[in-house]
Amino acid sequence: MSDKDMRDVYTETLMEMADADQRICVLEADLMRATGTGSFKDKFPERAFNVGVAEANMVGVASGLSAGGKIPWAATFGCFAARRSYDQFFISANYAQQNVKLVGTDPGVTAAFNGGTHMPFEDTGLMRCIPGLVIFEPCDSVSLKSLIRQATEHKGSTYMRLQRKGKYTLYGESDEIVLGKGNVLKEGEDLTIIASGYVMVPEALAAAEMLADEGINARVIDMHTVKPLDRKLVVESAEKTGAVLVCENHQKKGGLFSAVAECLGEEYPAPVAAVAVEDQFGQVGTLEYLKEAYGFTKENIAEKAKALIKRK
Amino acid sequence: MSENKYKDLEDLAKDIRKKTIDSIGFLGVGHIGGAMSIADLLTILYYRKMHVDPSNPKMEDRDKLVLSKGHAGPALYSTLAQKGFFPEQWLRTLNVGGTNLPSHCDMNRTPGIDMTTGSLGQGLSSAIGLALAMRLDKSERNVFAIIGDGESQEGQNWEAAMTASQFRLNKLIAFTDYNKMQIDGYTSEIMSIDDPEAKWKAFGWNTDRVNGHSFAELDAAIDRARESKDKPTMIIMDTIKGKGCSFAEGVITNHNMAFTYEQAKEAIEALG
Repeated sequence: MSDKDMRDVYTETLMEMADADQRICVLEADLMRATGTGSFKDKFPERAFNVGVAEANMVGVASGLSAGGKIPWAATFGCFAARRSYDQFFISANYAQQNVKLVGTDPGVTAAFNGGTHMPFEDTGLMRCIPGLVIFEPCDSVSLKSLIRQATEHKGSTYMRLQRKGKYTLYGESDEIVLGKGNVLKEGEDLTIIASGYVMVPEALAAAEMLADEGINARVIDMHTVKPLDRKLVVESAEKTGAVLVCENHQKKGGLFSAVAECLGEEYPAPVAAVAVEDQFGQVGTLEYLKEAYGFTKENIAEKAKALIKRK
Repeated sequence: MSENKYKDLEDLAKDIRKKTIDSIGFLGVGHIGGAMSIADLLTILYYRKMHVDPSNPKMEDRDKLVLSKGHAGPALYSTLAQKGFFPEQWLRTLNVGGTNLPSHCDMNRTPGIDMTTGSLGQGLSSAIGLALAMRLDKSERNVFAIIGDGESQEGQNWEAAMTASQFRLNKLIAFTDYNKMQIDGYTSEIMSIDDPEAKWKAFGWNTDRVNGHSFAELDAAIDRARESKDKPTMIIMDTIKGKGCSFAEGVITNHNMAFTYEQAKEAIEALG
């Protein structure tokens, strides 16, 4: 059971690795206090670079560090990581085949009081268009730690959606979490609910419990890795349950729902539906308000699930 | 009268220009203007200043170059080929499908290219990252970066300018190829970058201003920059776009120009 905020797990994991691996660096664009990497800077001052409010430059500097043999982890709010520095990440990092680990924090509704300007509902979609990029969104502290380590070992750039605040422990220390492989959290045969991230995985599990009370057995999957998608598990789930509901803290276009729908369209056409943001911008509010506003609730997931089953 | 210390470089630069005109002329179109304007700088860097090994392009602890104005790749390819990084025959494969010499620099295709560039404004940030990595490795080598004057209009350069001085990157030596022209016309008319020295100085850099076609001036400026203890250096090079290519020199439309191989041969002959 973790008593730590996700961001503390992020920094701690990087510090553990940096002890043994001199190549690991941290970059920030004036959000070191927000991401919580100050303790990394205290311990490894020569390997922590704060470039000020200049995200595009940060990603460029990270690309150069990588070209010089380092493994840079660069973080900023997801809206800036994806939108502000997209071309730098696309060209200097990915096209140049560099090893830049970019982190977009405060995904989707978790941007809360920062509101519409800061609420990335499109980052995964943008990132999915970058050839070869690995994209993942851990939902809890255990998978976060494991996936950061695996991403560091991966040769190539990665994009991680990170919920900074909040504590959540789903997995046990012995659970196997593999980058690129979804985790089946609950078995069921009536439909599959595929979810990702800190906001949606717990809601999906709660919705599955509500459905179970009504005699509907949902298979629930934590699809922490959006790219490369675990197509085998998606197809197997569609074959087994006949319908797939995707829950993501992102807009409907371009993200996990799109990835799953593309996969099933090509390999095993089956009814699909999404709990995701429609064609809308973000807005201010508490996390609870925003979850309600965009339908990111167990009740809405259960409703969508029942409607989907009727289409089988 | 003193002996010309730079006769060898003059000859080498002439050969680099000929190779560049030939490679672009063989294809029939390319970025001739901005390639020719940096040919002298590339010559002195690769033949006098940079610690590199053509037989081991990825040698540890070497000097590195980021050609941020990546479209001038053909001039760098001619330089690298002439130095022996790869066979000179490759120069005639410029932009041919499957080539190792694409229009814009690609570190994963071309031996001797230290950073992939092409989307203007990004190279200086990459050069900073390379310089930081060298500092972590306790290297005393330099990172050289070349940006265009039109390219200076990209805002990322100025984010990088602040960063390099904040991090006291004295091993970073950058050059502005101030040829006064860009695609749509004269830089002064499109979006002036005057007075570049004042701008870079204000961002905390050492600055220098040289004739970018004078080996003596480039030589002295690079040596001065190497003495810097706590600041990056920007050397503003006054250059002529298309320098040394008879039909292109100073021609306002020479950024990306189509020309025949006959024209190329004439220009090569004119160089002597």
